[in-house]
Amino acid sequence: MTLYEAIFYFFAIITLVSAGIVVFSKNVIHSAFSLLFTFFGVTGIYVLLNADFIAVTQLLIYVGGILVLLLFGVMLTNKVIDVELKTGTLQTVPASIIVASIAGVLCGVFYITDWKIIPASMDATKSTTAGLGEMFMTTYLLPFEVASVVLLVALVGAAMIARKERTVE
Amino acid sequence: MEVGLTHFLIVSAILFSLGLFAVITRRNAILVLMGVELILNSANINFIAFAKYGGMKLDGQAAAVFVIILAAAEAAVALAIVLNIYQRFKTVNVDEISAMKE
Amino acid sequence: MNEQTLINLSLAILLLPIASFVIQIFFGKKVSFLSDKFGTAILFICLAMSLAVMFGKLGIEEPIITSFQWVDFGNVPVLGHLTIDLGFTIDNLSAIMLVVVTLVSSLVHLFSIGYMHGDVRYSRYFAYLSIFTFSMLMIVLTGNFFLMYVGWELVGLSSYLLIGHWYEKKSASNAAMKAFIVNRIGDIGMFTGIMILYYTFHTFGFKEIFEAIGSGNIPMGSEKWLTAAGILVFCGAIGKSAQFPLHVWLPDAMEGPTPVSALIHAATMVAAGVYLVARTFPMMTADALTVIAYIGTITAFISATIAVAQNDIKKVLAYSTVSQLGYMVVGLGVGAYTAGFFHLVTHAMFKAGLFLGSGSVIHAMHHATHHMHDHHTDPQDMRNMGGLKNKMPITFKVFLIYTAAISGIPLFSGFLSKDMILAGTLAFGNTTGHWIIPITMFFIAGLTAFYMCRMLFLTFFGNHADAHRYEHIHESPKVMTIPLLIFATLSFWIFFSFNPLDGASGWLAKAVERPESVVPATSAAIGPHEFEEEMHHEHYVAMGLSLLVAAIGILIAYLTYYKKSISADAVAAKLPGMHKFLYNKWYFDELYGSVVVGGTLAFTRVLRWIDTYIVDGMVNGTATWTKAMVFGYSKNWKEKPVNAKIFLLGGLFVAGVVTAFSFRWLMGVEAGFIHLVWSGLGALCAGLLTFFMFYGGAGGFDKFVVDGLVNGVAYASGFFGILFRKTQTGKVQTYIMLALLGMMIIFFMMK
Repeated sequence: MTLYEAIFYFFAIITLVSAGIVVFSKNVIHSAFSLLFTFFGVTGIYVLLNADFIAVTQLLIYVGGILVLLLFGVMLTNKVIDVELKTGTLQTVPASIIVASIAGVLCGVFYITDWKIIPASMDATKSTTAGLGEMFMTTYLLPFEVASVVLLVALVGAAMIARKERTVE
Repeated sequence: MEVGLTHFLIVSAILFSLGLFAVITRRNAILVLMGVELILNSANINFIAFAKYGGMKLDGQAAAVFVIILAAAEAAVALAIVLNIYQRFKTVNVDEISAMKE
Repeated sequence: MNEQTLINLSLAILLLPIASFVIQIFFGKKVSFLSDKFGTAILFICLAMSLAVMFGKLGIEEPIITSFQWVDFGNVPVLGHLTIDLGFTIDNLSAIMLVVVTLVSSLVHLFSIGYMHGDVRYSRYFAYLSIFTFSMLMIVLTGNFFLMYVGWELVGLSSYLLIGHWYEKKSASNAAMKAFIVNRIGDIGMFTGIMILYYTFHTFGFKEIFEAIGSGNIPMGSEKWLTAAGILVFCGAIGKSAQFPLHVWLPDAMEGPTPVSALIHAATMVAAGVYLVARTFPMMTADALTVIAYIGTITAFISATIAVAQNDIKKVLAYSTVSQLGYMVVGLGVGAYTAGFFHLVTHAMFKAGLFLGSGSVIHAMHHATHHMHDHHTDPQDMRNMGGLKNKMPITFKVFLIYTAAISGIPLFSGFLSKDMILAGTLAFGNTTGHWIIPITMFFIAGLTAFYMCRMLFLTFFGNHADAHRYEHIHESPKVMTIPLLIFATLSFWIFFSFNPLDGASGWLAKAVERPESVVPATSAAIGPHEFEEEMHHEHYVAMGLSLLVAAIGILIAYLTYYKKSISADAVAAKLPGMHKFLYNKWYFDELYGSVVVGGTLAFTRVLRWIDTYIVDGMVNGTATWTKAMVFGYSKNWKEKPVNAKIFLLGGLFVAGVVTAFSFRWLMGVEAGFIHLVWSGLGALCAGLLTFFMFYGGAGGFDKFVVDGLVNGVAYASGFFGILFRKTQTGKVQTYIMLALLGMMIIFFMMK
C-alpha cells in the first residue's frame, strides 16, 4: 500500500464515517459537528485529486461559512434549554430499501464501467489557482459574473426573508 | 488494486446515498439541508475526479467552484426560510409544516 | 420688447397661478403665509407681467403665434393624417384680456383676504381662486380650440368648486351643481361645433381654420354647415356667458362667496363666452351673427326686466350682469366687434367693483345682524338696508361711480362702450332692417339706469329699516376698500379714451380692430368699413337717445325711491300679474323644472314600463317555457290530470305517426309487416321520449341518464382516489422517494 493509497483510504473513511454520523445521529448537534469532519475529509480528497484551490475554497466556504450557518440554524430553531435536539425520522424502511438500491446501482455502474482514462496532463506540483483565475476571466467570464449576481440576490433575499419575520412578530 | 477513478467515484456514490437518505428520512429541516450539502459534495468529488482522470483539465474544477458558490447561496436562503418557518410554526419538522395542504 | 420675450412672459403668466394652486392646496393649511398672501402676491406679479405684455404687444402690429405639435395620430382611416398642435396666440385682444383677468383676479384676491377672514376653508378658497385664474388665462392665451376647450372645462370645474365653497349650505351645493350641469349643456354644443371644424380642417388652430375657410374650404361644402358650426361654438358661449336660454345658473351662482361672484361676473367665467365669440368672429356667417345678436337681445331684455323686481342686492347685480352680457353679445352679433369687446373690458371694471362693493355692504350688514344676534334678517335684502351712505362713505362713493358707469352717464367708462354698442345696433338696423334690436336695446338702457338707481337709493339713501342695527354698521377694512377704490378709478373715461363722448377714438378701440371675415362673400355680414361708416353716422343719434333713456330711467327711480312721489307698491299692485311674473324671473326655473326635469321623469317612467312589462315579460316568459321544458308538466299532471293525460296521449299519437311515416319515408317502399313492427318500436321510443319531456321533462332525462353517468364516474374515481390516497401524504420527502423509486424502475427497464 503506497502512501497515496493510505492517505486516500484515511480520508475516505473519515468522510464516510462522519457522513454516516450526520445522517444517522439522533442529535442534531452531533450531526452538525460531524458534518465538519465530512467536509474535512472531502477536502483531503480534493487535494489528492490535484485540486488545491478547490480544497482551500471548500475549507473556507463550507467549514467557515455554510457549517457555521447551519449551526446557527440549529441553535436558533431548537429549544436548547429543553434539550429537544433529538429529531425523528420518517418512512425509514422504504427509504432504506430505495437508497440502498440506488447506492448499489451507482456503485455497480461505477465499478463495471470501463472508464477511458486519459492520463493527467496536469503537473501535480503546480498550483491550479492561476489557471482557474485565468479561466474565470476568459472562458467562464459570463457564468462567473452571473454567479456574483446570484450571490448578491441570495444575500439580499436571505436578509429580507430573515428580517421580515421579525417585523411580522 | 491501485487507487484510481473508480475509488473516488464509489466514495462519491456512497456519500450521495447518505445525503439522499438524510433528505428523505429526516424530519428536521436543517438535517435535510445537511443532506443536500452532502449530495453537493459528492457531485463535486465527481467533477474533480473526472477533471483529473477524464482529461478535462481545469474545466471540471471550474464547475466545482460554481457548485460551491451556489451551495453557499442555497444554504443562506434556505436557512433564512427555515428561520422564518420556525417563527411562524414554532417547529422545523417538515412533516408538521402542512399549512399549504389544508 | 421682442416676440420671444413676450411669449416667455405669457407662459410665466399662465403657469404661475397653477404653480401657486399646487403649493396652496398642499401647504396652504400648514403655512399661514402660503394660504393667502402668497397667492395674492403671485397674482400681482402676473398683473405686472401682463401689463408688460400688453404694452409690448401694442407696439407690434402682427399677432404673435407660436405652436408645437403635441400628438401625431399618424394616418387615421377615413380621416387621413391627424395631428393636434398646441400653442399661444398673443394679439391685442388677448393682451388686453390678460390685463383684465389678472387685474380683477388680483384685486379679488386682495379683497378676499378681508372678506373671507376666518373662513373654514380659507386656504382652499385661495387655491381655487388660483386655478380659476389659471383656467381663464388658458382660454385667453390659447391659439386653438383644443386648449380653449380644456380651459373651458377647467373654468367650469373651478366655478363649481367656488360656487359650492360653502357646500354645507344645501342651496350652495345645488347652485354649484346647477351651474355645472347647465354649462355642460352649452359645452356639448361647443364640442360638436369644434368636432365639425376638426373633421373638416384636421386642425384646431384658429389661424389655420380661418385660413382654410378663407381659401374657400368649408365644412361639407355647404355654407349652412359653416353657420351651424358657428352657432354650435356659440352654444358654449351661451352656457358660460349665461345667455338665454341657459342664463338660469348665473343668479343662483350668487350662493358662492361674493368675491367669487365678482370674479365670475367680471373677468373670468362669463367673459370667457364673449371672448370666445370675439375669437371666432371671423368664421361667423351673417346668419350665425344674426342668431347671436337676437340671443343677446332676448337675454338682455329678459334679465333687465327681472332685475327690476328683485330685492336681493346680489340678485339685482346678477341679472344686471346677464343683461350687460347680452349687450356685449349683441355688440358682437351686429358686427360692432370693437364695441362688444370694449364693453367687456369696461364692464369688468365696474361690475367687479359693484360686486365687491355689495360684498362690502353685505359684510357690514352681516356683522351688524350678527352683533345683534339677529339670525332672521337677510343681510342681502335691500329692503333691510337704507341710509348706509353716512355709515359707509367710501363704499357709497365708489358705488355711486359704478352705478353711473353702468347706467351710461358721460365721463364714465360704461357710457363709452355702451354708446358704441347702441350705435352699432342702430347701424345694424339701418343696414339689415332688424329694427327690433336697437329699439329693445335702447329700452334696456333705460331699464338698466332705472334698476341700478333703485338699488343705489334703496341701499344708501332713506332711513335704515332698523335704527338699532344701524348703530352697528361700520365701514369695511382697508384691504377691502382699496380694491374698491382702484376699480372706481378705472371706471372713469380717461383710461379708455381721451374724448369722454367718443369711445371709438380711444386707444382700446384702435387696438382692437374688427377682423376681416373669412366666410364666403355670399354669406358674410356687411363689411367692416361700410359698417364703421354707418356706425359713425349714427354715433350722435345713439348718444342722444341713450342719454335720454338713461335720464328717464334715473328720473323715474329718483321719483319712486327717493322722493317717493310714485309708490312702487302701488304700481306693483296695479300690475299684479306682471310683478309676480318678473319677481319669479319669468318662471324659467319652474319651466325647466316641469319641462326638462318633468319630461325626463316622464320619459323614464315610460322606459320603466317598457322594462317591466316588455323586457321582463320576455325574459320571464322564456324562463317559464324553459322551466316547463326542463321540469316537465308534472305539476299540471297533478292539478289537472285529464288535461295532462290528453296532452300526453296526444303527444304519443303524434310521435307515433311521425315515426311511422318517417320510417316509411326512410325505407322508400310500401309499408309491410316488418315496417309496422319498426314503426311500433319507433312510436314506443318516441312515446318514452314524450313521457320524459312532459312528465320528467328534459330534467328527467338529465336526472336519470346524465346524472347517473356523472355520478358513476364520480363513484369510480372516488374509489380509486381512496386507493391511491395512501401514497399522497403531502410530504415532499415521500414524493422524492417515489420519484427515486420511479427512477430505479426506469433504470432497470432500460437496462
